[in-house]
Amino acid sequence: MSTDSYPEISFESRMSSVEFRVHERAHITVDDKKCADCSTRECITACPANLFVPTADGGVLFNYELCFECGTCYMVCNEEGAITWSYPEGGHGVVFHAT
Amino acid sequence: MPEQPELEMPEFDVIVVGAGPAGSAAALELARAGRSVCLLERGPYPGSKNMYGGVIYGRVLDNLIPRWWEEAPIQRWVTRRSTMLMTGNQALTVDYRSNAWGEAPYNGATAFRPEFDAWLAAKAEAAGAVLICSTTATGLLRDGKRVIGVSTDRPDGDLIAQVVICCDGVNSFLAKEAGLYAPSDPANYTLGVKETIALPREVIDERFAVRGNHGVDIEILGCTDKVPGGGFLYTNAESLAVGLVLSLPELAKCGRRPEELLADMKKHPAIAPLIEGGDVKEYSAHVIPEAGYKMMPELIGDGILVAGDAAAMCLAAGIWLEGVNFAIGAGAAAGQAAARAVQRRDTSAAGLQDYRRRLEANFVLSDHRKFREAPHLVMSDLAQQQLPRIACGVMEQLFTVTNPDPKPGMRKIIRSQMKLNNLKLRDAISQGMKALRTFG
Repeated sequence: MSTDSYPEISFESRMSSVEFRVHERAHITVDDKKCADCSTRECITACPANLFVPTADGGVLFNYELCFECGTCYMVCNEEGAITWSYPEGGHGVVFHAT
Repeated sequence: MPEQPELEMPEFDVIVVGAGPAGSAAALELARAGRSVCLLERGPYPGSKNMYGGVIYGRVLDNLIPRWWEEAPIQRWVTRRSTMLMTGNQALTVDYRSNAWGEAPYNGATAFRPEFDAWLAAKAEAAGAVLICSTTATGLLRDGKRVIGVSTDRPDGDLIAQVVICCDGVNSFLAKEAGLYAPSDPANYTLGVKETIALPREVIDERFAVRGNHGVDIEILGCTDKVPGGGFLYTNAESLAVGLVLSLPELAKCGRRPEELLADMKKHPAIAPLIEGGDVKEYSAHVIPEAGYKMMPELIGDGILVAGDAAAMCLAAGIWLEGVNFAIGAGAAAGQAAARAVQRRDTSAAGLQDYRRRLEANFVLSDHRKFREAPHLVMSDLAQQQLPRIACGVMEQLFTVTNPDPKPGMRKIIRSQMKLNNLKLRDAISQGMKALRTFG
């Protein structure tokens, strides 16, 4: 099946279809010392917003801003305490419209 | 000794956390029973945090909001229900159409949750509930073991009540904080990802062979590579909802990204022509409590009830994929039970037991208990990998004309496909019997 006729959109365009009312406080924090010791790092591929990025020095960079608040990352994480998860301040975070 | 709440603190009979379908149904029942109720929502409006892969089945609304179908903000009434089994380049579809579902009192509808949930919350508000949006409940207030309210992220935002009803969604930090959940196992959860794809109404009508406000719900098995799960495609008025549901631990293990798996399904020859030319209007993701009855928390504690996704009330039983209706049914029961408990001045766990009795007497816990083995069966290798391949393989052989060779005959075809997919007759029979038992 040719993929040319149904071009897949870029990840950036995909995420730009979603409204995020970003709060200055990060609602999720990641302890990159623990991530450096983690061999599986399943959050990196499983997070639907692709917020976990491996760094060259073996750590994990995390960006909370475009987060769906779904909970995938802390559920798949097997390093106790590596991800601290809470909801964003009321009125902030992801805002869905047509889903 | 725990601190006594100050008198100035806002005090309600009941606080409902989360203005999704469960929370709004609870608040509606409480307000109607004459109780003071605060409906807390962390999003800027009800439904703003919610997405689903789904259809809303409205029968549960008949008592709550008579003739709801005349006013509920729905997209299309589902009159075609298709189940598709697919492999990389094959698809076998069972397609059922009923125009009766396109007339009152209707069966299921597609809807945008930000619209539907806001509509239901407005009903609760109109009945007298106090809806407070943009406010996150950050924890429980307790007096000893007893829940007496919630703290919020508003300044001086503690709220006191006789009962707290947790309708705070799949992650339910409140139910966890209350100790109602066993430690969570990611295997009980799936990730849903979905694109809303805009297309003109006429194009949708033509591609899906529907008219007016009639629409289609296609459930798909065999479209998630090695990850147990499934796919869906629904028609809205002027858009499609296309998405996948993926086992969390298996998704994490497989090393592929969710939107890549979704892209695969969108390229499938049975799907691509249906969505061609549409732009992604909104992408969304949400975790789903998949394991049903077996993962449910304690539903009742001293001064606390749990309902909806917070209580894992999604029915992910393969042929039935429901959640909003269970949330509404459970929320309404929680509201009624809490109202009664407040009136009788006993909001201890014992005083709130009426909640469980109501759920057991109606579909919420009856269905969940009856189909408690179904989520596991649907996620099994047999259902996920072997069934789609064997079904499509049988069709391929059955309808491929092999002249001048004679037709092999049905039995030979089935046997050869089973062998090809490593399914022994003995296992097929035992699994088939198990499926029959599972689905009642």
